[in-house]
Amino acid sequence: MSMNNHGRPTGTGTSGFASTSGSALLPNEPLLFEIGDTEHSGVDLPDVTIATDRLGGFERRMPLDLAGLTEPEAMRHYVRLSRLNHSIDSGMYPLGSCTMKHNPRLNEKMARLPGFADIHPLQPVYTVQGALELMNQLSHWLMTLTNTAAVALTPKAGAHGELLGMMAIKAAQDAAGQGHRKVVLVPESAHGTNPATAAFLGYSVKAIPARDDGTVDVQAVKDALSADVAAIMLTNPNTCGLFEPQVIEIAEAIHDAGAFFYCDGANFNAIMGVVRPGDLGIDAMHINLHKTFSTPHGGGGPGAGPVVLSKALAPFAPVPFVRKDGSGLELVEHAEGDALGRITAFQGQMGMYVRALTYMLSHGGDGLAQAAQDAVLNANYIKARLAHAFSVPFGDYPTMHEALFDDSFLAGTGVTTLDFAKALIDEGFHPMTMYFPLVVHGAMLIEPTESESKQTLDRFCDVMEELAADAKAGNAARFTAAPLKAPRRRLDETRAARSPILKWERAEETLKAAE
Amino acid sequence: MRYLPHSEAERAEMLGVIGAANIDALFSAVPRRALKNFDLGLPAHSPEFLVEAHMRALAGKNRAGADGPFFVGAGAYRHHVPATVDHLIQRSEWLTAYTPYQPEISQGTLQMLFEFQTQVAKLTGMDVANASLYDGSTGTAEAVLMARRLTRRNKIVLSGGLHPHYRDVVKAYLKDDADLECLSASPEGQGDILDHIDEQTAAIVIQTPDFYGHLRNLKVAADAAHAKGALLIVVITEIVSLGLLEAPGAYGADIVVAEGQSIGNALNFGGPYLGLMATRKEFIRQMPGRLCGETVDAEGQRGFVLTLSTREQHIRREKATSNICTNSGLCALAFSIHMALLGEAGFTRLARLNHANAGKLADALAAVAGVEVLNKTFFNEMTIRTSRPAADLIERLAARGILAGVPVSRLEPDDPSVANLIVLAATELTTDADIAALRAALAEELQ
Repeated sequence: MSMNNHGRPTGTGTSGFASTSGSALLPNEPLLFEIGDTEHSGVDLPDVTIATDRLGGFERRMPLDLAGLTEPEAMRHYVRLSRLNHSIDSGMYPLGSCTMKHNPRLNEKMARLPGFADIHPLQPVYTVQGALELMNQLSHWLMTLTNTAAVALTPKAGAHGELLGMMAIKAAQDAAGQGHRKVVLVPESAHGTNPATAAFLGYSVKAIPARDDGTVDVQAVKDALSADVAAIMLTNPNTCGLFEPQVIEIAEAIHDAGAFFYCDGANFNAIMGVVRPGDLGIDAMHINLHKTFSTPHGGGGPGAGPVVLSKALAPFAPVPFVRKDGSGLELVEHAEGDALGRITAFQGQMGMYVRALTYMLSHGGDGLAQAAQDAVLNANYIKARLAHAFSVPFGDYPTMHEALFDDSFLAGTGVTTLDFAKALIDEGFHPMTMYFPLVVHGAMLIEPTESESKQTLDRFCDVMEELAADAKAGNAARFTAAPLKAPRRRLDETRAARSPILKWERAEETLKAAE
Repeated sequence: MRYLPHSEAERAEMLGVIGAANIDALFSAVPRRALKNFDLGLPAHSPEFLVEAHMRALAGKNRAGADGPFFVGAGAYRHHVPATVDHLIQRSEWLTAYTPYQPEISQGTLQMLFEFQTQVAKLTGMDVANASLYDGSTGTAEAVLMARRLTRRNKIVLSGGLHPHYRDVVKAYLKDDADLECLSASPEGQGDILDHIDEQTAAIVIQTPDFYGHLRNLKVAADAAHAKGALLIVVITEIVSLGLLEAPGAYGADIVVAEGQSIGNALNFGGPYLGLMATRKEFIRQMPGRLCGETVDAEGQRGFVLTLSTREQHIRREKATSNICTNSGLCALAFSIHMALLGEAGFTRLARLNHANAGKLADALAAVAGVEVLNKTFFNEMTIRTSRPAADLIERLAARGILAGVPVSRLEPDDPSVANLIVLAATELTTDADIAALRAALAEELQ
């Protein structure tokens, strides 16, 4: 099909979007709306006429103006676009805090079985007993791995799980006449979702400073505790990649003060099958199935964030949940007593439950423990190999699943953490997590996961050493210009935010909007 | 263990480089009493074929939609997804990519999101759409909070035609909030929300087609809300309806939230689904969720980035518009590919086909003694009142191999007035034979 000649690229100053189709393996792909038009379609559907409609006069008058593509055009558009993405399958993602591990394809195949994919959330419960059994089995694994009393499967993502966990804490305290507790303690190193969640529920956030070694001091927690404190939100292993050595003492202090311990379980991959969070005194913890249990990140979701709950919080779990009912299983869909009600329509991320259970059964209890230990081994290996060339802020103990460096090794080179990370792109690696956690200056947080072979780790470390040497040798230009070999050079984010262009518009619309 | 690359020799060599005697030495910060102090009692690792057999056995205990006549809707709809969609979303570069925070090597995902936002804005008739939320229900709760920020008012009124799960989610998000008014169920499509708008109202929330299938008058609602300085939030659970129905933006909606599952995504027993959100240009900075925007790179080439992230938790922490940290990326991709395959021509044909089948269904049901169709208007879904309690009737029909819809009492157990109501949907997958089978079975059961 010829180019749609009604439209033109949005904005001004853009150039060359279609002047070339790009090089052989680096396609330059126009927008869907610049390729397709409103007549073309890639589906064959009968064109029915409706004698009497029942639309009550609400039929559409505003033009839809949705571009369509035939099947071969669509295939090429999305395949060409896909080639502009880095992915785990094509290269390492050393992203700290994100746990970019291998996504087994058996998981995908199982999630597409019609008995899982083609069942409706509201069809009669006796026609979905296998689905409820699957939810029960997944719950059993999660509770066993964490030594907890209950699990709420439905949260749609980690942050949604945090929200649920903190809602359960609020509900429990309200039920116990403790509704006056309005403060949540959050260490400075926490993920941004933690203070955002606490604030969302009307809590005020009190920051707990990190010790010089990157961990939380039990004394600092005790000093911050009062009768107004509802909970602590603590990540363990923490965002510096360290296991909190005083976590049990912190839990005891929290409980002594009548507060709850919310654990951010984003880093559970480091300890699954090796340490059970329930033994550390947690009351609630979300588990990111898309990190720890290998469900795909999908370019930004969908995730899944089941929350395990202690005995004290179990009665406050949201609906729906599965319960044994004589010989079968029932789905409890309506809140009883002080329970929370519902935080999402239907049963949550069933497609992710299938993938996660498939992964658990593949690994087994022994394999999950081995995976955690390999993840920790890999991070320590990177730290050991790179410590001589990089600056290690917390060198005293072994790290867990992440190796954390700061930017002091770059002092005087004219190269920033961002520049350094962008140079990794030209070497075939995704950048590491940068400038997080906030407690470390110019942080570089590297999480290799258990999926990377020693060969890949060695190649990564070789590249990192070479880059560090080159930065110190004064070759700043290589870094400040990077990336040079990616589909795009650095993008102007300030421009994007200053005058946002958030959708494609026809030329006449753009002109009209500018008037 | 097929997912773990290291040999024992490699592990030993790596421990040597680290200078650790054994793996436990790397866990030295863990209190001794908590380290490996248990026997999990979980099964050991298992070959692929055994895992597959286990999962197939579980799947085999469920009745799939394709196994017989199927009329279940009520917020999740069984549509056909072209094979191309599912093939493409399983490409490594889509499936196993991370959130596009590094735009230079994420242009595929970013351009797709820009195209997705454009599609959603066009469908809803709104200025801008975000890069998706978890699903329609949580999106509705987010829209309510957004309206409060925008108006600095607190009162929220939920229409009695809003999906009961959506209402329950809003209630959970606004726990103990006296400013939330939930109007009682309105299965006849009766609108009473206009009387509840006052100067304290931040927003009214109206679903159309509503939970019972009725089409609601958005123009009247928008005008009434705006007259008092309140916002109109429109909720749509069946996005295919917008192929035939006027865009909410044309009526003056301020925020549109929709469930996008119908396009590109399977039923999946309830998730993952796809929350769509669109709004007016001037409200962007209070909108939750990721946004993708156009810009240029250092050589002036057009490119895309995540933008306006100063609204988000990783920058703003406790001052963020929402705690949301993800979108529903792969579901948005499936939606966008399916919508691109449909195009305007295919999408409107799909909508007409749905409406035509629903018309046949309504006529067939109306002809059954003991069945009353409550809808004068509908798109592809309707409510019937039966002469017997609905919950039992649905079980009996299921035993005959027909999944005949959702008894309203399953979602509203405390409301005796809905005990005999069933919500049913037809889609392009509904055949004349399906409808005839339902009609015959209903006639026998209601004799």
